[in-house]
Amino acid sequence: MPPPPKRRRWTWRSQAFRGVVYQLVALAVLVAAGALLLSNTLENMRARGIKSGFDFITEPAGFAIGESLIPFDSAESYGKAYAVGLANTLRVALVGIVAATLLGTLVGISRLSRNALVKRLAGAYVEVTRNVPLLLQLFMWYFALTEFLPPIEEALRPLPGFFFSKNGLQFPLPWWSAEQGWFLDMPEKTEISVVGGGAVTPEYLTVLLGLTVYTAGYIAEVVRAGIQAVPIGQHEAAASLGLSRWHTLRLVQMPQALRVIIPPLTSQYLNLTKNSSLAVAVGYPDVLSIAATSLNQTGRAIECITIVMACYLTLSLLTSAFMGIYNRRARLKER
Amino acid sequence: MPAAKVFQPRPAQPPPRAQHGLWPRVRAAFFDGWWNTLLTAATLALLIWTLPPLLGWGVFHAVPTADNAACRAAVGVGACWGVVAEKGRLILFGRYPFDEQWRPLLASALLVALLAGSCLRAFWKPWLALAWVGTFAVFFGLMKGGVFGLSVVETARWGGLPLTLLLSAASLVIAFPLAVLVALGRTSHLPAIRTLCVLYVELIRGVPLISVLFMASFILPLFMPHGGTIDVLARVLIGMTLFTAAYLAEVVRGGLQSLPKGQVEAAQSIGLTYWQTQRKIVLPQALRTVVPAIVNTFIGAFKDTSLVTIVSLYDLTGAVQLALGDADWRKFFLEGQLFVAAIYFVACFAMSRYSRWLEGHLNTGIRRV
Repeated sequence: MPPPPKRRRWTWRSQAFRGVVYQLVALAVLVAAGALLLSNTLENMRARGIKSGFDFITEPAGFAIGESLIPFDSAESYGKAYAVGLANTLRVALVGIVAATLLGTLVGISRLSRNALVKRLAGAYVEVTRNVPLLLQLFMWYFALTEFLPPIEEALRPLPGFFFSKNGLQFPLPWWSAEQGWFLDMPEKTEISVVGGGAVTPEYLTVLLGLTVYTAGYIAEVVRAGIQAVPIGQHEAAASLGLSRWHTLRLVQMPQALRVIIPPLTSQYLNLTKNSSLAVAVGYPDVLSIAATSLNQTGRAIECITIVMACYLTLSLLTSAFMGIYNRRARLKER
Repeated sequence: MPAAKVFQPRPAQPPPRAQHGLWPRVRAAFFDGWWNTLLTAATLALLIWTLPPLLGWGVFHAVPTADNAACRAAVGVGACWGVVAEKGRLILFGRYPFDEQWRPLLASALLVALLAGSCLRAFWKPWLALAWVGTFAVFFGLMKGGVFGLSVVETARWGGLPLTLLLSAASLVIAFPLAVLVALGRTSHLPAIRTLCVLYVELIRGVPLISVLFMASFILPLFMPHGGTIDVLARVLIGMTLFTAAYLAEVVRGGLQSLPKGQVEAAQSIGLTYWQTQRKIVLPQALRTVVPAIVNTFIGAFKDTSLVTIVSLYDLTGAVQLALGDADWRKFFLEGQLFVAAIYFVACFAMSRYSRWLEGHLNTGIRRV
């Protein structure tokens, strides 16, 4: 015999009923608070003569951008300025992610070295970089790069074709042109300057170095924890098969450690991308500093901040999605 | 007839190398195989290349006194630690009026004492919450003035160490109840409430802190009724609290999810209501497991406080940039920055060690044999 149909009693003693009421109350409070804030905002904006709307996107920006991948002129629109800023953010974040992963993996493996000197040095690196705020580290890098380096006439040449000075770093760049095909564009030293080749500003170098060094400390801990999470028996089994320590690490420990490493590594990549917004403090024109400039010029705080937040949210979601795909590939294949 | 095979023992192997004593230990740590020896040599070379110049700059050729001429003469050769003596008070207390700086000193000491006291488990009693409220009240009274004949100091002039301590401690303390509610909401069965909490947490965690601080300093004033204003410190505190709460909520949720389901079922079977279950069964156990993670969140907040510099409040990081701005001393930025970095390092290092100790210490009580 089928059980009698459940009758919903819409009384206060029904859990389902109370749940619906609670949710309605929560939504009502939220809507009321939102409406109050919105009316306040509109009143304030009227009183202060602030215009609203995203129409400023197409207006000429009227400010120049110090460095960019895409050529930008101050007569071009705010929308283009944001695109340039976003490209700058990506330029520093992507290079930073690659560099921090390499450095962090190296330090993380060094922390597990049998060599006591290497182990201690890697440990000191991790403690120092993780326990000092990133902003302070950025200020220190910026001061060091703009104060201690020689002027461009006496640029350091660490490698042939590389010029390192107060003006940043000039380096050989592979380039393609219709006449010559692929060629290496070497920077040339002239009387007062260095021309040609690729160049990055001290601001870019500051942000890149700061983010790399800081995030590498965190990635090192992620890598170390991941390797230590692999049962010791795996290491012993590999050793008993006669694998060298390098082969043990590369073929046995690392593939298994990756499964533990990837999720926290993803959040470190997200952190690096979000932390690249500190570039505003040293004057690197990333998307946040473009937003700050346009906020000052147009006074449209809500619109400018919304654009920035939307940019970072999109980047975060994209990074999570990509790392999710990689994570599924590295995952243990079970039946 | 072939000659009979005679058993020929092989020569005995040499005895194993000594396992004990100083030399075997050194050998195992530094010269065990060619790769290890190479690493030792490379690291030593690196140290010999970098350490003497660093020591020469930081110690042997350094100028310990606030003698500007001597410092200028030593530029590039030795550090000028005198800058710390000269600008120390500006670095530690920002633009707070010079004659009144005993007040921030006392206020900071109080807050540090309370923080240290909160680390001791003997003090984990309900009255600790009261002590926090009381200390914040005294802190504000001391810093702001206007009571007991103290002159009034605007919050915009607060700076340095007290500001760093206040923003990190207050944002965490205010964020905590909010974080517990959001974490409970995220694990709740009610879809609307769960969605709201998920949206809040993911939205905040997806954007950088500076954008939240920008929002707090530019958009919050627009929310005030009838052209009212909101203090810059309050704005930043609200921004930091909203940001910290999202991260803390995830920490608390981790604790909630680590609890076996049977605990909630047992509570329901003896007729406890939802709030009774949470308050008496779930939260005491869940929060206990996440205390080390909360300490780590506090370390994060302590470091993140440096970002308020960008919205023109001068905490430790901002104050050092401000203090060394004058023309005589601007060559010695690095010395001032290293001084502040040392303060951050000592504080964060101590807290992270405490968190690690706590992890082992808290587990001992509930671990079963």
